[in-house]
Amino acid sequence: MNWLTNFIRPRINSIVPSKEVPDNLWQKCPSCEGMLFHRDLEESSKVCYHCGHHLRITVKERLSIMFDDGQYETVELPKVAHDPLKFKDRKKYADRLKESQAKTGLKDAMTIAKGTIGGQKAVIAAFNFSFMGGSMGMAVGESIVKAAEIAVKEKAALITIPSSGGARMQEGMLSLVQMPRSIIAVEMVKDAGLPYIVLLTDPTTGGVSASFAMVGDIHLAEPGSTIGFAGRRVIEETVRETLPDDFQTAEYLLDHGIVDMVVQRGDLRDTIGRILNLLMSTEKKSKKAA
Amino acid sequence: MSQLDFEKPILELEGKIAELRNVSGENGVHIAEEISRMEEKSSRLLKQAYGKLTPAQKVQVARHQNRPHCSDYIKALIQDFTPLAGDRNFAEDHALIAGLGRFGGQSCIIMGHEKGSDTESRIKHNFGMVRPEGYRKAQRLMKMATQFQIPVITFIDTAGAYPGKGAEERGQSEAIAKSIESCLRTEVPIISIVIGEGGSGGAIAIAVADKIYMLEHSIYSVISPEGCASILWRSGEQAKEAANALKLTAQDLYSMKLIDGIINEPLGGAHRHKEETIKNVKDTIDGALQDLLPWDAKSLIRTRREKFLAFGRNL
Ligand SMILES: [Zn+2]
Repeated sequence: MNWLTNFIRPRINSIVPSKEVPDNLWQKCPSCEGMLFHRDLEESSKVCYHCGHHLRITVKERLSIMFDDGQYETVELPKVAHDPLKFKDRKKYADRLKESQAKTGLKDAMTIAKGTIGGQKAVIAAFNFSFMGGSMGMAVGESIVKAAEIAVKEKAALITIPSSGGARMQEGMLSLVQMPRSIIAVEMVKDAGLPYIVLLTDPTTGGVSASFAMVGDIHLAEPGSTIGFAGRRVIEETVRETLPDDFQTAEYLLDHGIVDMVVQRGDLRDTIGRILNLLMSTEKKSKKAA
Repeated sequence: MSQLDFEKPILELEGKIAELRNVSGENGVHIAEEISRMEEKSSRLLKQAYGKLTPAQKVQVARHQNRPHCSDYIKALIQDFTPLAGDRNFAEDHALIAGLGRFGGQSCIIMGHEKGSDTESRIKHNFGMVRPEGYRKAQRLMKMATQFQIPVITFIDTAGAYPGKGAEERGQSEAIAKSIESCLRTEVPIISIVIGEGGSGGAIAIAVADKIYMLEHSIYSVISPEGCASILWRSGEQAKEAANALKLTAQDLYSMKLIDGIINEPLGGAHRHKEETIKNVKDTIDGALQDLLPWDAKSLIRTRREKFLAFGRNL
């Protein structure tokens, strides 16, 4: 989604909230500037059919391309304390939350869903970037814990899909402690001998990248995603040298040994399905038995 | 930086007292009276200022250059300190100093952020901003602590992890995440003390502990007030408001049950009274070790997880 649709869409949605309204029949690819017809773009899972650029997609779209037959069940987010700091900058955090909830129809920046991928049971915890930049506060952290608990209980793999600028600073230290809390969630899955896969999508930065997103058994990334700890501008100001164009991209991280694979969106289900089968199928134990 | 604006009248007074002491040879009695009058005034002013430090003032105090640093605590509290270096992979990171030593009779692994105390040492220690190598050294030593069953003490004092090109290339995020994971897996007690500035992910990377304490005027925050102000207020000038809003003081965090205790600083702050401050920290570590020793690895790890999972659930 480019800045234009990003900007206009919420307004249209607020007038006609119940239906998906194509705001534009055509949109421009933010990478190659080629014109994209909305129906073709839907079909390509929001991948530019001129240059292969992966546009940001909604969590709904993502879940339907990842689970077998697009079938999945969402799980209600756990309840958490709201705005415990009574945080206010130019605006009250409580109001920002309400606005984001109205805009997205979501409770917070996370969706938990379960189903199968490649026939193997999987729980996905996916970030909604459109909800306050996908920032991780108590609701997100608690949701990762819940997703992990479900995975353990149902002997399913856990897959997290970060798309987040980092911590929800309006929750202060309560957001910072989600770093260890989310890693504790991952530990529960690992203790149970279940796979934990991270699909890094655009963007994965700050406290989100420096916690559960970097302790996967396997790290996948979508092409072109920005993934890193510190922001590009902060680094440029610190080191006073120009950074390469592909700095902090998925491909750059692949080169530097941080991710296992950069996977095209269209190949995600097959790739993850194959990995889960290799890791989870009972046949892998045949050697021990023999 | 070494002068705090709200301390100006106090510093002036302290300067005059020092001057008077220098000349007190001649009219002994008269000057002694004058000195004690001024000292009374200065301590009254200190009480006024330090009795109600605002969060923004605490940020200043927490960053004060003369506060005791990690190396000061090690020097004063750790016997047989034996520094250990390197991540066995790329480099030694002087921003995170670490080693073996003895606290009381107890063998320990000690590590912490070191900001340095003069220009030369500040540069050497990269102002306490750790690179991936530092966090990987921390991981290595956490494992060693488990291997030899000796407790870990960490001192937290950093503006944050280093934002640099090389740091990103070598996986700063992964290094921090794995450092947190290492803390969670460490099968010996971990005690963390925030002695100055607890700056975000770079701080919590080595502060996932069984007992977490903060010095009275230290801070611990998800983002610096300046950074927060520039993002949410779109101007760094609102850093004071941000410091208020972020609830980053030891007192705030204690009331949110995110830390186990607050360590008193003598009147006028740790930068005025290094020895007393270090003594207070020693007593706190003593008490924590007494609580935690002896331990059972399994229940220790379970309790540590439960402790962190409880954060925010009781608000
Ligand atoms: Zn394109």
